[in-house]
Amino acid sequence: MIGPERIVVAGASLAGLRAAEALRDEGFDGELTLIGDEPHAPYDRPPLSKAVLSGWLPTDRTVLPRARNIDARWLLGSPATGVDLAARRVALADGREVPYHRLLIATGTRARPWPRQQGGDLHGVHVLRSRDDADRLRAALAAGPGRVLVIGAGFTGGEVASVCRDLGLDVTVTHRGGAPLASALGGVIGDAVTRWYRDAGVDLRLGTTVRTLEGDAHGRLRRAVLADGTVVEAEVAVVAAGALANTEWLNGSGLAADARGVVCDASCRALTVDGTPVADVFAAGDVARWPHPLYPGQLLRLDHWDNAVAQARTAAHNMAHGSRAPRTHDPLPAFWSNQFGVNLKCVGLPALADQVVLTQGSLDQRQFVAAYGRRGRLIAAVAVDSPRVLDGYAALIEAGAPFPPVLNATDGPGRADPLDPAFPRPADPAPGDPSMPPTPPASSAPSPQPDPSASSAPSVLAGHE
Amino acid sequence: MTATTTTPTASTAHQHTATVLFAQGLRYEHRADPYPYYEQLLRQPVVRMDDGTWLAGGHREISLLLRDPRISADRLPPPQQRPIRKSLLVEDPPRHDQLRHLVTQQFVPRIMGMRDHIEALVTGLLDAHTSARPGQLDVVADLAYPLPVTVICELLGVPREDEALFGSLARRLTRGLDPIDTQTEDEIRELQQTRNELQQYLEGLIARHDTAPGDDLLAGLMHSHGPEGPIDPIDLRVTLGLLLIAGHETTVNLIANGTLALLRHPDALARLRTDPDLATPLVEEVLRYDPPVQMSGRSTLADIDLAGTTIPKGSRIRLLLAAGNRDPRRFADPDRFVADRTDNAHLGFGGGIHYCIGATLARAEAQIALTALARRLESPRLVADPPPYRENAILRGPESLPVSFTRLIADDGGAG
Ligand SMILES: Cc1cc2nc3c(=O)[nH]c(=O)nc-3n(C[C@H](O)[C@H](O)[C@H](O)COP(=O)(O)OP(=O)(O)OC[C@H]3O[C@@H](n4cnc5c(N)ncnc54)[C@H](O)[C@@H]3O)c2cc1C
Repeated sequence: MIGPERIVVAGASLAGLRAAEALRDEGFDGELTLIGDEPHAPYDRPPLSKAVLSGWLPTDRTVLPRARNIDARWLLGSPATGVDLAARRVALADGREVPYHRLLIATGTRARPWPRQQGGDLHGVHVLRSRDDADRLRAALAAGPGRVLVIGAGFTGGEVASVCRDLGLDVTVTHRGGAPLASALGGVIGDAVTRWYRDAGVDLRLGTTVRTLEGDAHGRLRRAVLADGTVVEAEVAVVAAGALANTEWLNGSGLAADARGVVCDASCRALTVDGTPVADVFAAGDVARWPHPLYPGQLLRLDHWDNAVAQARTAAHNMAHGSRAPRTHDPLPAFWSNQFGVNLKCVGLPALADQVVLTQGSLDQRQFVAAYGRRGRLIAAVAVDSPRVLDGYAALIEAGAPFPPVLNATDGPGRADPLDPAFPRPADPAPGDPSMPPTPPASSAPSPQPDPSASSAPSVLAGHE
Repeated sequence: MTATTTTPTASTAHQHTATVLFAQGLRYEHRADPYPYYEQLLRQPVVRMDDGTWLAGGHREISLLLRDPRISADRLPPPQQRPIRKSLLVEDPPRHDQLRHLVTQQFVPRIMGMRDHIEALVTGLLDAHTSARPGQLDVVADLAYPLPVTVICELLGVPREDEALFGSLARRLTRGLDPIDTQTEDEIRELQQTRNELQQYLEGLIARHDTAPGDDLLAGLMHSHGPEGPIDPIDLRVTLGLLLIAGHETTVNLIANGTLALLRHPDALARLRTDPDLATPLVEEVLRYDPPVQMSGRSTLADIDLAGTTIPKGSRIRLLLAAGNRDPRRFADPDRFVADRTDNAHLGFGGGIHYCIGATLARAEAQIALTALARRLESPRLVADPPPYRENAILRGPESLPVSFTRLIADDGGAG
């Protein structure tokens, strides 16, 4: 046989399933094993914070459609706990060991939890990442709590708050920055988003954080004390404060992995702590960090559906064909979100921009396109309720079009006025409490190779926080 | 060879060849099979024509242009042809978006759950016509035309009896979409007259609706409020006209072109007979292989660099959708009809902000009609191949499609 005989995929969700399908499409006919810690067949996460929470779709209807029969061995409900690179074996929590010729790491991320000392254990405190999370949260919302507190106004936070308003629930959202989505899209667009929140009747508290969550004698959440000293009475809290990569199981393996992700090269091969690619270990999806040729000098991790699918395909191709003509993973980043009655779509990485300009529509009409530039080139675009134009912008970005772009769009503003996009600078201290709950020590693994992104643009990691 | 290295004479020669090829492809003699001309045109994905307009035939180039923010749907026709108010089909944002929003709000909920009704209509049409002329069916007159017309009339709230009147108006008006040099002098003169007739008809219809509103789409549009307030009377009339004509003159070709493809590919026909799931990819393949709308038009709002050349601001561009659908750079074996083709991002419904509003409805009608033909006609055969084609070059399809068969198999209750 040509190529590997046994491929193991750790993480049986979007990236894992799509990689498995692509492996078969690429002609891999050996033994294929999928390992997943969740008991469920692979399902889709985007609906969880949208149709599922609102009650339109039960979670058992979120199962991912299968593109083809993959003829695989499924080890579900059994987390991978370790990998031995030399012996090429993955260890499972139930004591089994699974040998591989090639391994794909697709274990994704999880929601950053709320610290126990600050009330993280209270009944009524939720995160939203999995089917089970969504079932629990939906039940909690259906019970009609007096007020819901959403911690964090990123994409997930906004979607949850929006659904709560649709359900007629009172919502308070706290956000460390000066505007929702500001770290991903900048303050100019963030200010428009602020109006969506406020018009929907959300009690939005900006520039502050939650200091602690407090419960009653039965351990049930009752209130939150904010950094500014105010108190919010709430029976349900949703912590939407970013994500951590599921890499603990790689501790001690010698791979460069921590809470920020598994470092890989452009062809999806995982790197060891000293920066050498491991020929037979690959990574894809939310868990992977890699150098994107469009964004030199940094490592990207994208918590985006499209990226998981595309990266899975690239990894699968390179796994099936070895190092002969490896493909690089370099798609233009893209994601979408639905909140407060609008569809928001984005291509490129706005967070790297030094200028933004409105090219179509108007912020007040909630239908617009904003283009982002960096050093005179178009690098990203955000479209609100205009999804069909975005491919055009993507082509312009890929072609290296100048910024501001000359479009003369019929619904464009008379004159293009590039603005400072107003991204929060890392140095900007938020008033009050310094930040999110501290990141738990993610791993005892030696820290990965020096990361140029750490200082220059950490916010490019902004995904579905 | 790139544009920059092309000598002026060579590029003029290209330009001239393309102009000739395009004209040839549009000639009525070649209506049954314009594809060999498109294929030759495709050697250059974007080319300037002798009259200064541009032609895009490459799949990639058309896709990019359809989604380019520097593009206007206003085709900049000669001023004397310009209607007073444009329909959303040729209107740009923000007016396009407002009108489209009003229409989709009314349209989408009404077509959901329509499949059963479409099945019943198809059954009725097949039963009726074969009992009149056993063993013979004109797929255009007996099914492909009456089906979408009935559906759009019911949806809009237009009396089916009026069909005789606006059917011929629609037909003459769509002929007006064709490039001028393919139309006769008489046709061009007639066009303005026809527009007036349609306007009068629609005005009458709206007036009647005002006094006796139903719960149809027209009533919905009349009473809908966008962010800009209620729809104004001219927009209402223009939009109604557009829906009526689009509902008339496109799906008929989709069903007829699909039938033609099926009868020319008996293996696909046999498979569809037993596997109704094949209808979905098969209709997509018809939309690629022989699309009902052959081309579309745009103009440029800024200079656009594409395929090694610069299309200047203010140019008119023809997007040859039917050529893009057979672009070998995009599709494997593009001239082969592959009923279950999976990688099938065709341009049959256009793309970008003007993507066909009626796509879902047209798909459902074609899937149901073709499945019913495959199941119910025993040993079907084309009576004339190629069949006679309609005059129209842009909305292209057979004028009639006589099919003979040994027996009409009884309807089995639409299993599938
Ligand atoms: C609520 C929500 C809404 C979203 N909405 C959007 C959206 O609108 N648009 C968009 O672009 N993206 C959205 N996303 C992001 C998108 O869902 C992710 O990018 C995508 O799921 C990534 O796929 P993945 O397979 O890499 O990771 P995941 O989907 O996280 O899958 C990883 C899997 O591995 C499992 N796993 C973890 N550790 C182990 C282990 N040790 N052993 C075995 N299995 C393990 C996990 O439990 C999980 O099942 C959303 C995400 C969430 C949570």
